[in-house]
Amino acid sequence: MSALDSLYQQIILEESKTRRGGDLRDDQLDGQHLPANVGQCHQLNPVCGDEITLRIETAEDEVSGIHWAGDGCSISMASASILSDMVVGLNRAEVAALIANFREVMRSRGKLVADEEILGDAAALSGVSKFPARVKCAMLAWVAAEDALNQTR
Amino acid sequence: MTGTANHGHSLPLTDTEILRIRNDFPILEQLVNEQPLVYLDSGATSQNPLSVMEAEQEYYEQRNSAVHRGAHTLAVAATDVFEDARSTVAAFIGADDNELVWTQNATAGLNLIAYSFGNASVGKVCDAAKKFAVGPGDEVLVTEMEHHANLIPWQELCRRTGATLRFIPIYDDGTLDMAAAATLITERTKVLAFTHVSNVTGVINPVAELVALAHAVGALVVLDACQSAPHLPLDVKALDVDFAVFSGHKMLAPTGIGGVYGRAALLDAMPPFLTGGSMITTVTMEEAGYLPAPQRFEAGTQPISQAAALAAACNYLSETGMARIHAWEAELGKRLVKGLEGIEGIRVLGPPAGVPRAGLAAFEVAGVHAHDVGQFLDAAGIAVRVGHHCAQPLHRRLGLNSSTRASTYLYNTTAEVDAFLAAVAGVRAYFGVEGASL
Repeated sequence: MSALDSLYQQIILEESKTRRGGDLRDDQLDGQHLPANVGQCHQLNPVCGDEITLRIETAEDEVSGIHWAGDGCSISMASASILSDMVVGLNRAEVAALIANFREVMRSRGKLVADEEILGDAAALSGVSKFPARVKCAMLAWVAAEDALNQTR
Repeated sequence: MTGTANHGHSLPLTDTEILRIRNDFPILEQLVNEQPLVYLDSGATSQNPLSVMEAEQEYYEQRNSAVHRGAHTLAVAATDVFEDARSTVAAFIGADDNELVWTQNATAGLNLIAYSFGNASVGKVCDAAKKFAVGPGDEVLVTEMEHHANLIPWQELCRRTGATLRFIPIYDDGTLDMAAAATLITERTKVLAFTHVSNVTGVINPVAELVALAHAVGALVVLDACQSAPHLPLDVKALDVDFAVFSGHKMLAPTGIGGVYGRAALLDAMPPFLTGGSMITTVTMEEAGYLPAPQRFEAGTQPISQAAALAAACNYLSETGMARIHAWEAELGKRLVKGLEGIEGIRVLGPPAGVPRAGLAAFEVAGVHAHDVGQFLDAAGIAVRVGHHCAQPLHRRLGLNSSTRASTYLYNTTAEVDAFLAAVAGVRAYFGVEGASL
């Protein structure tokens, strides 16, 4: 597989169009007056204009819903879609561990092999780590999720 | 519109000449991702010929010293290099020696102008400086196509002084709405700041018309010549602008050097921006007197080797012939636009083929984000710029938040443009979006 093909695996191209969780409405973008169990975060990569607003809903200690609106490259959109499919039902500690693992792989400059047992479909994004300029694209939704979750009680 | 004195005749360069020129740019002879490098990002930063790198090295090997201070032989030699460079670069843009101020780059130059205007607008200022003052009721006018560097310094100036920032809109094809310009330029307009050539659409603005409108109401004209000084014969006196800025790294020179042109009478009257050593006359514990321009705007140790390198770059460009470079890039620009327009699912920003433009083209690919386009092209060894190109308002106006831009220079061949076009033709199939529409 060429480096380009390892970056743009089929699953990534598909997820970038599926955009699971990408159903946050325009009237929800401002994120004002959210109940205590809901957190929302806007992330922007000023270099390329990739943008996401991501909302996380919790019930007790678990993520019960994730919704986002965004515009960006296939990597950033696929990453948001894959993340949305993974976090519902996980508790805070599990989400934190997942994000930490993903971040470590992304920052490894291609040295770490993603563990599919832990990262599931997100392992397909491990090719991104060989392209330092694209790591921010892949991390965009994950950073937003981390912040949104931290806002909830 | 542009002065052409001493810039040679205007037949475009030939492919044979380009191949000879390319020998002067060793960086271009390399493989990127196992493909011959096709460098189409000179609008962001250009490559340096050997003569430019040699000028910088020669300075450090033979003459490095402090300028305008010290009496020793090296100090004199360094000062000569520095001031000779100023003469060369000033002549290149049609200015007198004392009308060229060194800056770090065009952004620093625009900030210098805007902050100097700000310094004339607050506190106690001498009568001569009052012509630069802006305040409540006054307007600073820019255009909708500006690079952030020619927008944000003016936003900040208006925020500090209470003046109002307004802008001249553009049409859908990226050209300036001159009817709106005629209405917007009024007695309230104190400053008109606009780009000579758009770094996104390649539009070449009608400088003479805009200057005439501005001067008729006594407004000062600031020209962003970042994308014109490297690519076409520039004569600031013929254009009759009051100020102009440019960046060395976009015109075959290293980073860290650029210039501000200002009419001598204006520069000598304008309050300084950066203050400190080397720009003063008499200093007491209470106050200081300032040297005339250009030294009054050159506080602290200056980019001396970079100035020498920029002068070498200007010599390289002059010897090649700016009119010929411009003619060559116009051909490449035409080829880019014509080729891109022929590819399904591509929308070129800016004027259609057949309308004069600089040798660059930014475009949208239906269904594929610019970042992905750039990555795909990089795998083919082709370097382009992706993103908003520091022009978010322009992209927003055109209904986008990013685009892909190919920008040429004197060392690019038609074969390279064709290789780029062939690669772009494969983008949508690779990303599986042949069905997507613009």
